[in-house]
Amino acid sequence: MRGERLLFSDVNFALSPGGFLQLTGPNGSGKTSLLRIICGLMKPERGEIRWQGEQIRSLGEEYFRSITYLGHRNAVKEELNSLENLRISSGLAGCELSRAHAQKALSRVGLAGRENLPARFLSEGQRRRSALARLITCSTALWILDEVLASLDHAAVTLIESLIGEHLSKGGMAIVATHQELHISAGSFQRLELEPGVPSGAAPMGWTS
Amino acid sequence: MSAPSAFSMFRWIVARDLTLAWRRRADVLATLFFFVIVVSLFPLGIGPETQLLRSIAPGVVWVAALLASMLSLGRVFANDDQDGTLEQMLLTPQPLYLVVLGKILAQWLVSEVPLVLIAPLIGLQFDLASDTLVILFVSLLIGTPILSLIGSIGAALTLGLRGGGVLIALLILPLYIPVLIFGAGAVDASINGVSSQANLSLLGAFLVVSLVFAPWATSAGLRISLE
Repeated sequence: MRGERLLFSDVNFALSPGGFLQLTGPNGSGKTSLLRIICGLMKPERGEIRWQGEQIRSLGEEYFRSITYLGHRNAVKEELNSLENLRISSGLAGCELSRAHAQKALSRVGLAGRENLPARFLSEGQRRRSALARLITCSTALWILDEVLASLDHAAVTLIESLIGEHLSKGGMAIVATHQELHISAGSFQRLELEPGVPSGAAPMGWTS
Repeated sequence: MSAPSAFSMFRWIVARDLTLAWRRRADVLATLFFFVIVVSLFPLGIGPETQLLRSIAPGVVWVAALLASMLSLGRVFANDDQDGTLEQMLLTPQPLYLVVLGKILAQWLVSEVPLVLIAPLIGLQFDLASDTLVILFVSLLIGTPILSLIGSIGAALTLGLRGGGVLIALLILPLYIPVLIFGAGAVDASINGVSSQANLSLLGAFLVVSLVFAPWATSAGLRISLE
């Protein structure tokens, strides 16, 4: 539900370690809303999200320790350089980084040599890459990525595919909202297509790991 | 990866906001200059009538402080909301209360402390005695954190609204009234040669209460605004 409008109902899925879920659907079908609900940023009108069998509401901060969410916006501060951005955002996410670690993560996402440039001098794609570095530094179990491929070049798409692949083969999970095809070697693949909402009796939304 | 503690996250927030403020010095200076200029306009407008100036001084300085804090409050969460960092803060594995408290502390250090420090200096324009200047300083020192704390509730609630700035003022200024009364009252008492202790104690009590409740209310407001 967004405002008075029913976006989707009868959404039901479960992900187990190594599981990958691609979320597709036309613009405005509620992909972002669903991802924000999964993160716990929004409350579903009806239904529930469970993490390891427990409601995420009752887990609270414990649940946030297990997820990394990359939204539409990069959460990159224009005034800070990539190194500061990464170290601060990782620090807030509960995993403090040494300078060297941060540097390594940034060179992995192709920002070597640009660590000390304030983010306002970076291109949109480079900011996106800088945000991606967070995935590497905080080894959380579940990645929730919203339109992560927007404004990225081919090399970066390949980078994301390999990052997700590695993550899945280590037993991680990922939920990605995107229209593009992702070629991921490891893990089990699911696709969920959201259709423009048709009101019907909503079933509880399940989410387990 | 070291185990995160609540305190280290609090430190990250404060350090981050101070760095950001340093890189955006113009915003901070604008608030300070606003305060200085508003307060200085009164002696210029009224002329050298020391008796009158002395009696209006507490009110003028305090009202200017309230208005100056309105200026900086709109920014506390709005910038972080625009680039998505606020969303990430809501997803930190530590209590949101701490995040909010850290941001308020940083806002106070950056926007209010300079104003508190300069207040005795501009108080000279009103021909205040030195012990009154001390009371002015102390009352602002206790009172301005309350402004930041209460104001953050308004900032959280009006987040993402068009014309949020005006709305903050309508929402928050009435809540500032007790602070204004006791803050200006303390200085007034000192001018009239009475003890300001009662007023300052009440301000202190307000500070404690708002320290407990405001971050909590702000957290709730942020969750609602970002839904």
